[in-house]
Amino acid sequence: MTKIAAEALIEKSLFILALFSCFVILIILCFIFFEGFPAIQEYGFFKFLFGTIWSPNDGQFGVFDMIIGSLYVTFIALIIAIPLSISCATFMAEVASNKVRNFLKPVVQTLSGIPSVVYGFFGLIILVPFVRSQFGGTGFSIFTAAIILSIMILPTIISVSYDSLRSVPQDYKEASLGLGATNWQTIRRVVFPSALPGIITAIILGMSRAVGETLAVIMVVGNVAKMPSSIFSPARTLTSNIALEMSYATGIHYNALFATAVVLFMLIMLLLVVANYVQRKYSIDIGGGTL
Amino acid sequence: MYKIIAKHLNTYFGDAHILKDINFKVAENTVTALIGPSGCGKSTFLRSINRMNDLIPTFKREGTLLLDEEDIYSPEMDVVNLRRKVGMVFQKPNPFPKSIFDNVSYGLKIHGIDDEGFIEQRVEESLKSAAIWDEVKDKLDQSAMSLSGGQQQRLCIARTIANNPEVILMDEPCSALDPISTLKIEDLIHKLKKDYTIIIVTHNMQQASRVSDYTSFFLNGEIIESDETERLFVSPKEQKTEEYITGRFG
Repeated sequence: MTKIAAEALIEKSLFILALFSCFVILIILCFIFFEGFPAIQEYGFFKFLFGTIWSPNDGQFGVFDMIIGSLYVTFIALIIAIPLSISCATFMAEVASNKVRNFLKPVVQTLSGIPSVVYGFFGLIILVPFVRSQFGGTGFSIFTAAIILSIMILPTIISVSYDSLRSVPQDYKEASLGLGATNWQTIRRVVFPSALPGIITAIILGMSRAVGETLAVIMVVGNVAKMPSSIFSPARTLTSNIALEMSYATGIHYNALFATAVVLFMLIMLLLVVANYVQRKYSIDIGGGTL
Repeated sequence: MYKIIAKHLNTYFGDAHILKDINFKVAENTVTALIGPSGCGKSTFLRSINRMNDLIPTFKREGTLLLDEEDIYSPEMDVVNLRRKVGMVFQKPNPFPKSIFDNVSYGLKIHGIDDEGFIEQRVEESLKSAAIWDEVKDKLDQSAMSLSGGQQQRLCIARTIANNPEVILMDEPCSALDPISTLKIEDLIHKLKKDYTIIIVTHNMQQASRVSDYTSFFLNGEIIESDETERLFVSPKEQKTEEYITGRFG
């Protein structure tokens, strides 16, 4: 076989393999939409999306409370995780000595390797009683779930922001230090703005993980399909709704769970679009060019 | 009175002995060129003057380095203030990915100046001194990345000047530039001499003879010869200097 033919063969195979993975995702998507459609059609799209009563036995399938539950848990988790993880990434990338850095990196990576059931179990045994004793209620709450989620998304945000901070050219730092800037001024005014697009990507990835996380959330969030009245009340998320009821759902209930997945899918798409927009806006604001 | 004096300066990166017993003097408002083959320690010496070598953890130093009779490496030395007084222009033009205006005003802002009027005036003066004002005055809010390499380097010089330094260190400022941009920077160095003390590292011996009053020839971490530029190039005292400037090695 000639070299050129071999090249062509390799390119073709890569293309087919790439196509295959896209195809699999597409099939799953089609399946979800196909299975979810009857419920939306029968119950009504707006009633489904904005209905506040989820009671499959009475034929009520409103997922609005769960949309709020998912968003609530995710945003509280982000509020906790963003300052922690970005400070940690900044410390690792800009302040820590090589020794400390070489210790912290594997620790953070290990954190991302812990299965979610372990996080959930930890939350159930340690955090739920803690929240119960400190803030009252059952301890199963949005707050508890948000804490667990924030720990779970730390490694993602830390490692992606870390890479982005480390890839800021040494030239910029030297220029800033050479003008008499302190280390902190250099980080704040040069390194951080240059790394911002990457840091936003890190936050997007963390956010997607938080919205999609199911098991750990089920274990601590309380799963009550009701509009949460405060951060300490229990709630149900879209993902936990599917996981909790899929084992016994039949008929339109079964389709309604798939419709929940459709809503979840659209919610994630919406968040990604917003995040991408913010990211693009920032990369232009700092002057673009090489970034 | 000398602006910068080095006495028995030795520097190390880990175990590597880079600069060996450097004795060196620079008079105020002169241009001094440092020449020599790659790896001879010119840049290390230059970066010792504004303590940029401190960024490398393995850097060690012995001997004295004085700026206006003050020990640059004394524990009382305020490095931030030192780097304001001793500005630096790097080999590769390195403007920040910010607007032209923000690049020049950066030094002022980090030193706590927030009087908008003063900043604007200083930015204009600095861009004029760096001979780039006419090219950028209509697009101060555009990204510095949109400028050509030569313009970027002059912008970097303007950024340094804005800090109102006393000494400007230039580390091969023209090595990444085309001949026309190089000429502009050399003209600029001539003009800047009356206000600043300039030390320039260069690989280009024609450049050294064109821009400098004094030249020091570095070889393997030692200063082989320092003299007035004309004398060093016309009648070097050391054989090694003569061999280098006539192109027999390096």
